[in-house]
Amino acid sequence: MDDKLIIAGIEFKSRLWVGTGKYKNFEETKKAVEASGADVVTVAVRRVNITDRNKENLLDYIDPKKYKILPNTAGCYTAEDAIRTARLARTAGVSDMVKLEVIGDEKTLFPDNEALLEAAKVLVKEGFIVFPYTNDDPIMARKLQDIGCAAVMPLAAPIGSGLGIRNPYNIKIILETVKIPVVVDAGVGTASDAAIAMELGCDAVLMNTGIAGAKDPIKMAEAMKYAILAGRLAYKAGRMPMKLYASASSPLEGKIGG
Amino acid sequence: MQIIINGEKRTINDDTTIAGLLKELKIDSQRVAVELNMSIIDKADYSRTILKDSDKLEIVSFIGGGASWTIN
Repeated sequence: MDDKLIIAGIEFKSRLWVGTGKYKNFEETKKAVEASGADVVTVAVRRVNITDRNKENLLDYIDPKKYKILPNTAGCYTAEDAIRTARLARTAGVSDMVKLEVIGDEKTLFPDNEALLEAAKVLVKEGFIVFPYTNDDPIMARKLQDIGCAAVMPLAAPIGSGLGIRNPYNIKIILETVKIPVVVDAGVGTASDAAIAMELGCDAVLMNTGIAGAKDPIKMAEAMKYAILAGRLAYKAGRMPMKLYASASSPLEGKIGG
Repeated sequence: MQIIINGEKRTINDDTTIAGLLKELKIDSQRVAVELNMSIIDKADYSRTILKDSDKLEIVSFIGGGASWTIN
């Protein structure tokens, strides 16, 4: 199926993007990432432990030559912090991509849209390929598009909540509002949630806890891979219209006893 | 002399460069970013940037993460 996802000139092999947090260990992370078939892997930027240098490095398990490493600005509560973190990530990494998060509130982890827009403007000017984590607000999505973001990443539900696509209608409106790719980020709890996102017409889905928080993360990673493929295929196929009453699918002609 | 690395005080020899410090700390310079007094230092400048007393360094790298909630 020739159905390539290209964002900012970069070709993405999979429409499933995965995070690397919350796993038991790096070995499990690696296996889950492999099972998911994802080629985009998000990572966080943190201080190096200078007192205990024996700690293993995530990139020993997730090969940056094999995967597209997408650093995030997780944990940043101001535009300044997010910009600073993005710049450090670019220096430590291999690409200009950044998943931009400016968090507005600890309890909901909803984005601070005002600060997000401010940080995105600066980073776009500096040549970053900005993937902003935003709420499911079509107006915000349009503003992020207008300032030059490469895609928009609306949340389906709060980060780590697993509540699924809380407002599919807003996601649908975002899809009709912007021309840039839409990547659902956060809130996916199980395979059907991922399929719904793709059936709506989203370009990709990014998830972490949906896989890492499952009883068997490696199995769930595989389930997500198929859900994304199935959802995308169903979107491309175009679903049948919904009807209130039955419509027989077997012909009545030739029925016995007639 | 004393500098601050990642918020912690540390004593280093005079004329230590960033490259020298990373080597001493057994840190692979390819996988980190270094900020000296709030300015990011290009990797190419590590070997010619000499640290001064009271310098503040941030050395960061990538860890597992999806979004804010999911940091290891």
